[in-house]
Amino acid sequence: MQEIFNIFVKSVFVDNMVFAYFLGMCSYLAVSKTVNTSVGLGLAVVFVLGITVPVDYLLNEYILKLGALEWLDAGFKDVDLSFLSFIVFIAIIASMVQLVEMVVEKFSPALYSSLGIFLPLIAVNCAILGGSLFMQEREYQSLAQATSFGLGSGVGWFLAIVGIAAIREKIRYSNVPKPLRGLGITFIITGLMGIAFMSFLGIKL
Amino acid sequence: MSTEKKERESLFSAKNRRLLTNPLGIDNPITVQVLGICSALAVTAKLKPAFVMSVSVIVVTMLSNMLISAMRNGIPQRIRIIVQLVVIASLVILVDQVLKAFVFDVSKQLSVFVGLIITNCIVMGRLEAFAMSNKPWPSLIDGLGNGLGYAWVLIAVGFVRELFGSGTLWGYTIVPESFYDFGYKNNGFMILPPMALIIVGIIIWIQRSRNPELVEEN
Repeated sequence: MQEIFNIFVKSVFVDNMVFAYFLGMCSYLAVSKTVNTSVGLGLAVVFVLGITVPVDYLLNEYILKLGALEWLDAGFKDVDLSFLSFIVFIAIIASMVQLVEMVVEKFSPALYSSLGIFLPLIAVNCAILGGSLFMQEREYQSLAQATSFGLGSGVGWFLAIVGIAAIREKIRYSNVPKPLRGLGITFIITGLMGIAFMSFLGIKL
Repeated sequence: MSTEKKERESLFSAKNRRLLTNPLGIDNPITVQVLGICSALAVTAKLKPAFVMSVSVIVVTMLSNMLISAMRNGIPQRIRIIVQLVVIASLVILVDQVLKAFVFDVSKQLSVFVGLIITNCIVMGRLEAFAMSNKPWPSLIDGLGNGLGYAWVLIAVGFVRELFGSGTLWGYTIVPESFYDFGYKNNGFMILPPMALIIVGIIIWIQRSRNPELVEEN
């Protein structure tokens, strides 16, 4: 139980998707102009990561890994399908996003229209595929661990985008040098936020 | 032979040359279009992985642009994203296997970022914006141009970070021993992830102050 909690905290703060690995930067930079939309996108990312990482974990465990097909027949002991993992993972993610899109459209049209184009774009958000690939690389031991990693990464991403959106709303009133306005200053602020988040590095979990 | 030559000349017409050179400067994928930042920053702590990553991205953008453009009339509008992803993913698997076979150590350093070329917004963005509505050859050039535009930023960042962070380039020591004797220290801060963001921010700053038309309104 404690292990699971540790993984969660670690993936929110220490291994933050944005500040430590720069994943999902494209939508992070494009959607962070106002707090409202970034909250919506952040929640969608938490949700999609929370679903796709466990699903991809099961796929990896029972189909793709070396010897994973043994439950089917002892003869498949040496089969290693892990080279297929990119294409399997991305297929799962694309279909999950489609599913989420339909559910949101049905139950919350307001959220759907405010997210607009960004919902389908989650399919190509690097943070989502990155979550699955990190899950595979770090070899989590159980489904619960994988789920907590997925949710934790999502929450970390959520925190990052809401934070930068809040700062960008304020910075509109500041006198930024002209060529730095917009993209440039956002990069530099993200860098500074990343330095702040590095203070979590010393925590031993 | 002569017909082939004639066709070549038209292949490199002024329009096609612009496709190649625009992404290097005023239409750069990273600093202007804001595409493909995700994997761009994490691999730039050293020059070598940055270079290998750039080459992989150039290959994938070029080929996927060309393939999708060749298939563009047969792809139904509704499922085009999935079709594009399948094409990209297959190409990335190829690149990944090649990297594992020939430069295993770099492939280990790049870890998940090779796989993340699939969701690299440059590839997807160029497919949507260019390849779906243009012929294969211009698409190939467009892919090459954008790949190169991505590459020079990556290599520039990798160069600065490795030189000041470790005092080496491509793994070879550049800063002479005597500097260290005088008290020169490597700036360990350069190796850390946040520095990549700040360096890209500075590149954007320089570029925009030289091209005022790129300046954003807030």
